[in-house]
Amino acid sequence: MPRLSVWMLRAALLHFGLGVSAGALMLWNKGVPLDARLWLLLNTHVEMLLVGWMLQFALGTAFWILPRLGERRYGDVRLGWAACLLLNTGVLLVALSAPLNLTGFLLPGRLMQILAVALMARLLWPRVKAFAT
Amino acid sequence: MPLLSRYYIKAGMLYLLLALLANVLLASSSTLGLPPAINTLRPVYFHLLMVGWVTELIFGVAYWMFPKFTRELPRGNPLAGWATFGLLNIGLIVRVVAEPLVTIKPEWNLGWLLVVSALCQLAAVWLFVVNTWPRIKER
Repeated sequence: MPRLSVWMLRAALLHFGLGVSAGALMLWNKGVPLDARLWLLLNTHVEMLLVGWMLQFALGTAFWILPRLGERRYGDVRLGWAACLLLNTGVLLVALSAPLNLTGFLLPGRLMQILAVALMARLLWPRVKAFAT
Repeated sequence: MPLLSRYYIKAGMLYLLLALLANVLLASSSTLGLPPAINTLRPVYFHLLMVGWVTELIFGVAYWMFPKFTRELPRGNPLAGWATFGLLNIGLIVRVVAEPLVTIKPEWNLGWLLVVSALCQLAAVWLFVVNTWPRIKER
């Protein structure tokens, strides 16, 4: 497994654990109320699970498993590292914006995510091909 | 394919069917004149889809396909793998049953079941994270 996939998949696992922890707190709070402010974690829960976990898990796995451009050639991996950094920063900004009422984090976070996906699409595009071509 | 992966993937397909059934009920509630309480199925539908189908499919395929941990324990601790499966499914099923009831029948005081569900799913997910982490490695 290439190093970029290792970092993306492990980051995805961390988002998964944290996102589910936020969800578990809200579910507990729904059954046995603890603090009404826990509902502020809803966007954090959704963001960390849909983007931080599932999207990043899919991108990290795709980078690992798609046909290579040649023996151990994955394309310009710098694009992937930039995407990894942007995606994780973007998820954290968006995830923190609602519970901390930092609305200024939302747009930069979303822009980082879309840039990250564009970079990964650019990196993976030529690897979506038939084997041995 | 290991037995645990088969359990995950087949359970995932059953949850997908249940999720879509819940969605049919939600979509037809006004047409069929179903009681407003049917809307308590909305979070149930969403979590059947995302936890029951998507997550269980990912768990099953990751358990099967990720790089081997060691020659002796290729898929990490098997007990942790089965515990993850059990806890995730118990947590989800308890949620599916209890979440609508907590709203429809508050006098039954079943809120503690949601706490049980939350703790089961939380434990399952962190077990998965801990058991999968060392299998994500460079060759």
